[in-house]
Amino acid sequence: MIKTPIIQTHALRKIYGMGDIQVKALAGVDVRIDEGEFVAIMGPSGSGKSTLMNILGCLDRPTDGRYILAGEDVSVLDKVQLAKIRNRRLGFVFQSFNLLSRTSALRNVMLPLVYKRDNKLTPAEREEKAMAVLEAVGLADRAHHEPMELSGGQRQRVAIARALVNDPVLLLADEPTGNLDSRSGEEIMGLLHDLHGRGRTIVMVTHEAYIAKQTERTINLRDGLIETIKANGNGGAK
Amino acid sequence: MSVSDNVKIDMTQELEKKPPPSESDGQALSDIIAPAEIIRIAWEGIIRNKVRSLLTMLGVIIGVAAVIIMIAISAGTEATIAEQIEGLGANLVFIQASFGRGGPGADQNSPQLVYEDTEIVAGVHGVVGTLVDQTTTQSVKANGSTLTDVPLVGTTPDFPSVREVDLADGRFFNETELDRTAKVAVLGADLAVDLFGETDPIGQSITVGTTKMTVIGVAAKRGVVGNTDFDAQMYVPITLVFDKFLPAQFARFVGDRVRIIYAQIDKEADMESVITQIELKLAAAKDVTVDELPFTIQTQNDIIETQGATTEAFRNLLAWVAGVSLIVGGIGIMNIMLVSVTERTREIGIRQSVGATPNDIRLQFLTEALMLSLVGGLIGVAAGVGGAIFFGAASDMRTVIVPGSILLAFGSAAAVGIFFGFFPANKAAQLDPIEALRHE
Ligand SMILES: Nc1ncnc2c1ncn2[C@@H]1O[C@H](COP(=O)(O)OP(=O)(O)O)[C@@H](O)[C@H]1O
Ligand SMILES: [Mg+2]
Repeated sequence: MIKTPIIQTHALRKIYGMGDIQVKALAGVDVRIDEGEFVAIMGPSGSGKSTLMNILGCLDRPTDGRYILAGEDVSVLDKVQLAKIRNRRLGFVFQSFNLLSRTSALRNVMLPLVYKRDNKLTPAEREEKAMAVLEAVGLADRAHHEPMELSGGQRQRVAIARALVNDPVLLLADEPTGNLDSRSGEEIMGLLHDLHGRGRTIVMVTHEAYIAKQTERTINLRDGLIETIKANGNGGAK
Repeated sequence: MSVSDNVKIDMTQELEKKPPPSESDGQALSDIIAPAEIIRIAWEGIIRNKVRSLLTMLGVIIGVAAVIIMIAISAGTEATIAEQIEGLGANLVFIQASFGRGGPGADQNSPQLVYEDTEIVAGVHGVVGTLVDQTTTQSVKANGSTLTDVPLVGTTPDFPSVREVDLADGRFFNETELDRTAKVAVLGADLAVDLFGETDPIGQSITVGTTKMTVIGVAAKRGVVGNTDFDAQMYVPITLVFDKFLPAQFARFVGDRVRIIYAQIDKEADMESVITQIELKLAAAKDVTVDELPFTIQTQNDIIETQGATTEAFRNLLAWVAGVSLIVGGIGIMNIMLVSVTERTREIGIRQSVGATPNDIRLQFLTEALMLSLVGGLIGVAAGVGGAIFFGAASDMRTVIVPGSILLAFGSAAAVGIFFGFFPANKAAQLDPIEALRHE
């Protein structure tokens, strides 16, 4: 069976600071992740995990190198085009949730639909769709609660619902369990496994080896370079 | 498993020459999200921060209210003046000592406008009546009660016809009584009731200041014209005012100075030629040429026009002042919007992370600024109209709300909102998603 690549990068580099002190956050990363994979990225603090995730999430652009997302070279796109890619093709989950405060879970989940430019939905359709995704993450009964009224685990589930609402080709999560207690962390992992089981491509950064082990492959970063890539012996790992 | 295994080998050399990503955030206007959604987002931004929004609007509210109130006051003043001048009577010319020459503060050698000149004016062909008046306020005692600050108008027998005041009872004083400085008085309608109630005032005695007088007539109701309440004042021969109430220092030598002589002109006569005749006669009497005559002779229309010109200038000045306060209001919007953009950097980052383009963010903040100024403008219109009505009722200032001023104020508020909202909106649009998300 021929695998379709979702992520292909070539010599991806990111250099911070233009002056004397230059930080090479990424020093040339070549990585390929195929459709349906569940991949963990690990590495010591400062090794470039977030930098890589931000570039993969089209939130940032590499200083150098190429990034082909689902067949489209996104390293040549401008800000507007990147915004549209984030909206249509990507879902990003942050360690600190990044939900709009004083805004209901439902409206938070609707947010990507608001900025959708193709096949625009009516407000009623948007609400319906957001509600369906909230239900899928088990939060239908909390739809009208604001983030302040939700637990950490619930907030992260709202964030995952938001990331999924536009049916992205890729779900990126930068330490999604980093701010959660272990029980909530398990819940979130359960949800991600569930999504993976239904064919979602997921790339996740984590500090915890036991969490990384639950994925198919672990990519280890060190000093902006890929140190090792190893299969974890689960599911469809190579 | 090595790194190279995971990278497809289709990264050909040709791909190495990638063009640099364009930095422009240009976007077609048609490429915006639904306007209703932009308005909703902006509205949520406003109500999520009610206090800040109110503070932002304050400048615009004050500016808009100021425009409307100031224009209402000057329009009111204008209307009062026009009414006052028209209310003096019909077909009048006004003979006034020019300021600083024959008038107050002039040196004693230049010709003065004096009571005695009335006769010269009256003698001109085409003049059907003349009038001088000299008003003071006095206390009036009658029937055991005392009224203070009663306007006492010293005038001449032509007053009722020139000023269009009818007599309800009794009669006005005549030439003989004027010449003899007779102590007779005619009361305004309300004044008569205040002093005598049900009693018939004719023939009754009153004490004005320290002078005893006899009431010989009561005027019919005339009401308030301009600033003058005809019904609250009383009339006596002007000679009596000069004699008892305003004795002039140099009267013996130069006669009793008057500020203004009104001459009523025959409706059939030619205004201009009558004015020329008055000038010639007065110049002859004062022994000067017409050019040297330090008097200004104007018709009612002349006065309304000059007054109109000054109040218009005044109104323009007020409009500028109000305009400046609107701009200050706009700067207020800009300031608070800038703070708001900084405070909401994370929100902007979140929106960008789910696909908001720079234009989406720009439009959001621009719409917010516009809505703040429009809502502020609406509140300002309400405050301005209410304030103008209140001022008119609570003070003796008259206010006339000019509909155009509402449009002007509201339109400027909207323009100010867009203009001053643009800079903060642009700042928000240019934020980098990663930096915005990292913001605390
Ligand atoms: N905006 C930035 N400016 C300068 N240096 C940065 C910036 N972001 C990250 N870095 C640096 O790049 C390196 C990688 O950071 P990051 O990708 O956040 O690491 P990780 O997520 O693995 O902890 C670090 O040395 C960090 O200090
Ligand atoms: Mg990190």
